Amino acid sequence: MATEALALDGIDALYGDSHVLHSVTFSLQEGHVLALLGRNGAGKTTCMNAIIGFLPARKGEIRVFGERVGRLSPEAIARKGVGLVPQGRRVFPTLTVKENLIVAARGKNQLDHVFELFPRLKERTEQHAGSLSGGEQQMLAIGRALMGNPRVLLMDEPSEGLAPLIVAEVGRTIARLKAEGQSIVLVEQNVKLAFDLADEVAILNTGRVAFAGPASAARDNESLITQHLGVF
Amino acid sequence: MVGGEYYVNLGSQIFIFAVFAASINLLLGYGGLPTLGHAAYLGVAAYLAALCALKLGWGHLAAAPAALVGTTLMAAAFGLIALRATGLGFLMLTLALSQVLWGTALRWVAMTDGDNGLRGLTRPFGMDDAKSFYYFTLAVTVFSLWMMARFVTSSFGAALAGTRDQARRMSALGHNVWMVRWITFIYAGFWGGVSGLLFVYYHKYIHPVSLSLANSAEGLLAVIAGGSGTLAGPLVGAAIVMLLKNYVSAYVERWNMLLGFVFVVIVVFMPDGVVPGVKRLWRRYISRA
Repeated sequence: MATEALALDGIDALYGDSHVLHSVTFSLQEGHVLALLGRNGAGKTTCMNAIIGFLPARKGEIRVFGERVGRLSPEAIARKGVGLVPQGRRVFPTLTVKENLIVAARGKNQLDHVFELFPRLKERTEQHAGSLSGGEQQMLAIGRALMGNPRVLLMDEPSEGLAPLIVAEVGRTIARLKAEGQSIVLVEQNVKLAFDLADEVAILNTGRVAFAGPASAARDNESLITQHLGVF
Repeated sequence: MVGGEYYVNLGSQIFIFAVFAASINLLLGYGGLPTLGHAAYLGVAAYLAALCALKLGWGHLAAAPAALVGTTLMAAAFGLIALRATGLGFLMLTLALSQVLWGTALRWVAMTDGDNGLRGLTRPFGMDDAKSFYYFTLAVTVFSLWMMARFVTSSFGAALAGTRDQARRMSALGHNVWMVRWITFIYAGFWGGVSGLLFVYYHKYIHPVSLSLANSAEGLLAVIAGGSGTLAGPLVGAAIVMLLKNYVSAYVERWNMLLGFVFVVIVVFMPDGVVPGVKRLWRRYISRA
């Protein structure tokens, strides 16, 4: 039986008084990719924030490989093996490419692995991250998360704002990480990319889970997709 | 020869102030933490060294380490308080803490002789002539700036810059942001203390004004004018402030007004400070030639 890498169990989260997540429940198996889908404002990024500890859940339980992390600080959760590729990339603009990576290093040295995944980063080690192109910054953000040897990798809209060719490259990278056995939660607006990669899908609508199950079941359910994701 | 001595002493003062400014730069430039109370570390190290000598009769070899240890411990304690906030809150807390010390130095006459200051101090190794003290100061300054440069170019320095640029991101990467800042605060306090030792050796006298807001602000101005977050900025900024202070005060009583004016001109024409500004002009000149 597969091991459960990450589980959200009845998560409620609030920004001030506004209730944004209602009893959100889904789980990710080790070595799988779970696509977290939904329209703008459905609560996808809020889910990420709850997992990483930026927005502690008011109710419910979050487990990383069976260990409850819901009450921990973000840095403690990160040390439990949760890596985040944040939305909008958020590299450190004044640090060089190499510094961006080194600063995130924990455990086994992944620098060679990252440079093998992204040869373009290796050509630019001494360049300031702020001067990289959007695609290169996305690669750096992914590489930075990998430097910490994450057991669960959260990727928040890695294709956002990138040219189609670069999106395809990001997609190939995710496929390769999956082949290497990396457990991944992929938040995406690009539904096609998500379905190409995902084993399981969770669809959020206004803070509630509208669907959670195998990607194949969701892919063929047209009414589900039109109702919760709009056209694609 | 008398004229030569004036310039040698001016050089010593610039170096001492450069160490002070560089220690502020660790917090402001690399940590994004604007401190308005850094004179506390300069002043307390100077007072501790002076009190060890005057009240306890200690020699320099005992007094100097004791003063640095005391100052560093104080930085650790002050950091616990000041780092409850960042930004403007941090600035106000550092200011408040240093003002407490300034007030204490002024009022605790039995210990500090209040507004008279502490006199009758000596320099280590009998370096009473300007030249040998200049070389001593130069050596300590080079070592201090090198140690601070190593700090900010290390992987810890990258983490520090990360907490300045995106604190939340750093915690998502598993860094304890508060701890990174606290360690930097203590390190900056230590080097502020080193500048305080040089300061009290140079003047052989210490007065509460060294702990004052004006002294903290001059250090901050030097960093911003020279270029915060650059290695050479504090040295250049310290030179600007000290030259103005020494030259202009001979002719104009309100030299602070001129310092303010020069500062405004720098900020208007080189918002990043003189060092990055001159670099930019130089690059433009090169590309045109």
